[in-house]
Amino acid sequence: MNPDAAAQAVLDSPLFGLTVTLGAYWVGLRLWRALGRTALAHPVLTATALIAGVLALSGISYEQYLIGGQLITFLLGPATVALALPLYRQFTQVRRAALLVVGSVLVGSVIGVISGYLITSWLGGTRELALSMAPKSVTTPISVALAERIGGIAPLTAVITVVTGIVAAVVGPALLTLFRITDPRARGLAMGGASHGIGTARALQESETAGAFSGLSMGLSGLTTSLIIGVVLTWIAPLG
Amino acid sequence: MSLIGGLVAILTCQLAGEFLVELFALPLPGPVLGMLLFLIALLVRRPGPDSGLVRAGDGLLVHLQMFFIPPAVGVVVHAALIGQHWLPIVVGMLASWAVTLLAIGGIAQLLARFAPKGEPT
Repeated sequence: MNPDAAAQAVLDSPLFGLTVTLGAYWVGLRLWRALGRTALAHPVLTATALIAGVLALSGISYEQYLIGGQLITFLLGPATVALALPLYRQFTQVRRAALLVVGSVLVGSVIGVISGYLITSWLGGTRELALSMAPKSVTTPISVALAERIGGIAPLTAVITVVTGIVAAVVGPALLTLFRITDPRARGLAMGGASHGIGTARALQESETAGAFSGLSMGLSGLTTSLIIGVVLTWIAPLG
Repeated sequence: MSLIGGLVAILTCQLAGEFLVELFALPLPGPVLGMLLFLIALLVRRPGPDSGLVRAGDGLLVHLQMFFIPPAVGVVVHAALIGQHWLPIVVGMLASWAVTLLAIGGIAQLLARFAPKGEPT
């Protein structure tokens, strides 16, 4: 009988990361329901804090957690494909709104890159940090690839991107309401365009229309940001 | 179509998306192109709400937010860097996100005056 070896064997299997993630999310969901579904108790926020706490206290590395954790993240791909579903159910509406979709997402992509770079620089961030911030509005696989291309710190961009999404899920709808943005199409476009998949998950809870426009906005802003980021950055931040 | 059939269709769309992105070096991730392919498939087949295509897709979307938890935990890895530069990182992220969100929402709502609502005709 060797408890250390037994623990090591369990930790090296994907079972650990899977169980911890599902368990923490389950606790997060229960807490969220118990507190009357307030956005402040967003289940992803609770789950992330719980897992980070478990890892910090136990000394288990993030890499070890990811053996199982990455199986869950893998499902992001098929789930992104499934975002075609709300789009399909709202297709008539989406087609009629082509003008506001393209117009708002195009301008939003440019503003996302410029504001990410400039605000970070103004606050004393290094060029490397500002470049890591520039692509944060778009879905993680694109933002990471873009950060690598423009000279940012790619793993930091991944974290910033996901945290941006969580912030959006928590305070995004309230902020939009505060500024009297009430049209469900506009709300969806804003959530998906500024805060990708987690924003879209939140928009889907609001209404199918908001969800459909959010999924569309996420896909479109990923494409436009990839195309414009190089041009925009050479314009506002010529290589020093 | 059964649930498994629906899952096969979704995975096939992603697979085709990833392949085409690699092949033509497109500037977008495979799953986003897969979403476009799946949308075309849905528009062609016009499945009803009981179809496996719809049930498999909805099944994946119900807990979409859960799939972001593992990358979010990565924050612990960068805790030191973030702690050192918290002002530009945290405030920069929040401010830039809010500006972008409100810009897209504001412009969309302005343009919405020219776009009719999508009531079926």
